[in-house]
Amino acid sequence: MAVQSSVSSTAPSLALSAKLDAGRLRARYAAEWRFRAYGIAAILFGLTFLAILFFSIISRGLPAFQQSTFNLPIVLDPAVITPSGQRLENELFMADYTALANKAIVATLGVDANSKPAVRQATQLLSNGVDVQIRSAILANPNLIGQTITLPLLADGNVDSVMKGAFDRTIPEERRKLNDKQLQLLDTAAAKGILTKSFNWGLFTFGASSKPETAGIGVALIGSFFMMLTVLLLAVPLGVAAAVYLEEFAPKNFFTDVIEVNINNLAAIPSIVFGLLGLAIFINLFGMPRSASIVGGLVLALMTLPTIIIATRAAIGAVPPSIREAAVGVGASKMQAITHHVLPLAIPGILTGTIIGLAKALGETAPLLMIGMVAFVVEAPTTPLEPATALPVQIFMWATAAERGFVERTSGATMILLLFLITMNLIAIVLRRRYERRW
Amino acid sequence: MPLLYVIAAIFAVGLVGYVAGMMRATTTVSGRANPWHSRSGYYGWYVLLWAMLPALALTLLWSVTFPVYSTRTVFASLPASSPTTESSSLTMSTVGLLQSGLRSVSAAELAEVQSGKLKVRDLLLSRGVPLASDPAPYLVAAAVKANALDDLSRAVVTFGGIGLAVIGLLFGLSRVKPELRSRNLVERVGLLGLAAASAVAILTTVGIVFSMLFETIHFFQLVPASNFFLGTVWDPRFSAAGQDAVTEGQFGLLPLLWGTLFISFVALVVAVPVGLFSAIYMSEYATPTVRGFVKPLLEILAGIPTIVYGFFALVTFGPFLRDIGALAGLDISATSVLTAGLIMGVMLIPFVSSLSDDIINAVPQSLRDGAYALGATKSETIKQVILPAALPGIVGAILLAGSRAIGETMIVVLAAGIAANLTINPLEPVTTITVKIVSQLTGDLEFNSPQTLVSFALGLTLFFFTLCLNIYALYIVRKYREQYD
Repeated sequence: MAVQSSVSSTAPSLALSAKLDAGRLRARYAAEWRFRAYGIAAILFGLTFLAILFFSIISRGLPAFQQSTFNLPIVLDPAVITPSGQRLENELFMADYTALANKAIVATLGVDANSKPAVRQATQLLSNGVDVQIRSAILANPNLIGQTITLPLLADGNVDSVMKGAFDRTIPEERRKLNDKQLQLLDTAAAKGILTKSFNWGLFTFGASSKPETAGIGVALIGSFFMMLTVLLLAVPLGVAAAVYLEEFAPKNFFTDVIEVNINNLAAIPSIVFGLLGLAIFINLFGMPRSASIVGGLVLALMTLPTIIIATRAAIGAVPPSIREAAVGVGASKMQAITHHVLPLAIPGILTGTIIGLAKALGETAPLLMIGMVAFVVEAPTTPLEPATALPVQIFMWATAAERGFVERTSGATMILLLFLITMNLIAIVLRRRYERRW
Repeated sequence: MPLLYVIAAIFAVGLVGYVAGMMRATTTVSGRANPWHSRSGYYGWYVLLWAMLPALALTLLWSVTFPVYSTRTVFASLPASSPTTESSSLTMSTVGLLQSGLRSVSAAELAEVQSGKLKVRDLLLSRGVPLASDPAPYLVAAAVKANALDDLSRAVVTFGGIGLAVIGLLFGLSRVKPELRSRNLVERVGLLGLAAASAVAILTTVGIVFSMLFETIHFFQLVPASNFFLGTVWDPRFSAAGQDAVTEGQFGLLPLLWGTLFISFVALVVAVPVGLFSAIYMSEYATPTVRGFVKPLLEILAGIPTIVYGFFALVTFGPFLRDIGALAGLDISATSVLTAGLIMGVMLIPFVSSLSDDIINAVPQSLRDGAYALGATKSETIKQVILPAALPGIVGAILLAGSRAIGETMIVVLAAGIAANLTINPLEPVTTITVKIVSQLTGDLEFNSPQTLVSFALGLTLFFFTLCLNIYALYIVRKYREQYD
């Protein structure tokens, strides 16, 4: 109790007490200074961590937006593509396009086509997904058969690492993923401009793959979009309706108290419990399809509901009673006063709450794992009933993969997710600043 | 007609009803300026509600209940001695395949099948429906019966649903008269709708509790409760799908609970001082400019998804801690209590700080002024006046943060490890309740095995833990707010 003692100890000797007080005062000011320093240190701790987190993710993730490709002239040999001489759909689909790509890389890099090891070394530089690339070019335009086209063929993940300077050439040759010969081929190809880096569109269009160069977040983006749509269509009307009832109509009784406590609790229940609910009710009881984005959307909608209800109640409660009274005074019913006047005035607050709720739902992973959204989905879904993944789940699935290409893509996908979230939050902040009225 | 079209048709009838009701309510009655009780739109809504509500209720109720009834009837029609009844799901999926296959079969061909002249399997293969083996005749009969029931159901939905909508429209329209108080009636229905929406929140909680309770009871029928609550060993083994004998496993909750509490404790040790000090600095010392700049930045930490923290812990922070430990001669594993706890602590900083900020701001200015008047410095005021006054609220905030830490999943899945250790060494990996829920439910496990059901028991435990913490914390915070209102 430093305050009290310094006040009560004035009697004995003024000089002594002044000296004592000066010392005590210094101690008190030092304590004051220290306390302040703790506060600054705490804030700096948080901000430093934030900076390190962003730096770590961005520095790891930036390379994911570039992909190395071989620009090879490919001879679309009819003898290989259509051995029967007719353009049968089935044949075009099953043709050995890898052979065409292999022939192209062997010819372009100047490898001895008769030496089997040399050919294998050269063809290993190409991704496994090149046949799909050539096939889709041909299926899009079958008239190309017989011509020679130049396609940017995906390079193997290891080649990509070399191009990004992330490949350790000092490791002894026998333990390296690429041998000296292959590195030499790559260096000459890069010098000649055959091997180049370009923007990685595939990251946004591909689905799941076991090879990093053909893995992307296409399926995850579509799945997340369907889920956000479901959340928006379900949680917003339900949440606003519930909030209007609780704030404007509900009588003050035990039942509404229960709802009130219940909503606050739902907002704090671990998200994984919502996943268990989805698994037990939507999938096991109602027999909805596993891994489908509609089930994910339903679970996330239930999870977002309390956030929207709480935000909407606050926004409605902030509209002054005089507005309602004026409306009722000119003959409106209570319902008309609310739908015509209170709700329009509360829209900025409701929108802010909705966006924040959506952002929370977009980053949520755990409940989606429970309903089987960890599936390996290659084909992009066209309806919410088909299997899909979500952006954060895709990050989770890639996070445990050891290959460098996947670490890169995990960080890249994280950057995209964070970009979405930050944009949403910024919109919420701007809405709040610009349209929120103080009464 | 498919269900979606029926619903669309009902909506169309409702729309027609709206327009018709509105038009009728604009006709004038001679001698009176405007005899109608409500504005014309309300008469439109009135007719629309009559047209749509009964029809939609019938359609939805029928499509939810009838499949249950039809499955049960079809299943009951199978001979009790049939060799496939023990695997009922297989039987039903065969019937389902037959059903869709027989849709493309003409009546004459069906008669041939039933008289045994034609093999069902060959016939359906030619229609593009492959069957594993030639099904028993009673299965074909069941499929025919199921198809008949489905046809009946579809007819009921189509004619019943749309018919009821039209009848409702005509009935509603016939009641549209100037004296009808349509605004009051429509608004009463609207109010019921609002109340129903707020009941969804209750339904969710009920759904959570009951879905988990049933599976948990199921689990305790297979594994004694004492094994779960008092067991110190977590070793569930695993039973693959299709395996008959249930492999004995040990489902001790205690190591998981210990891991959960240990990590949460480490997280709170980080989050509480940092969060509290930043809240104090922000509300008592910082200038408005600094506050307006730093507060949103710190809140970004709360907006970052937990999977991102988990990934950061896995690839950056864990290896970093391990290297630091190696320099200091400590053996820190990359996934450990410390890694997960520290990262989770950072995640909780904005949570603690924004709640404490609110609470500190709620302490009346008069208390501060009184302390300053006695000559106290700012820090003395905070330590001896504001914090004691705000203590209950801050405790509430810490409890809420603790409940968040206990239920946190993705950070611990990626950074805490999967081995269930009972250890007090924070440098070793432990596992938590949430990690085990995830790992028991992702994979090709048979659903009715204790290995899968245990996750519901774990989920229920987690739910009750966090529920108690939340209710108590919310009670404290509420009580505290009232104190200074």
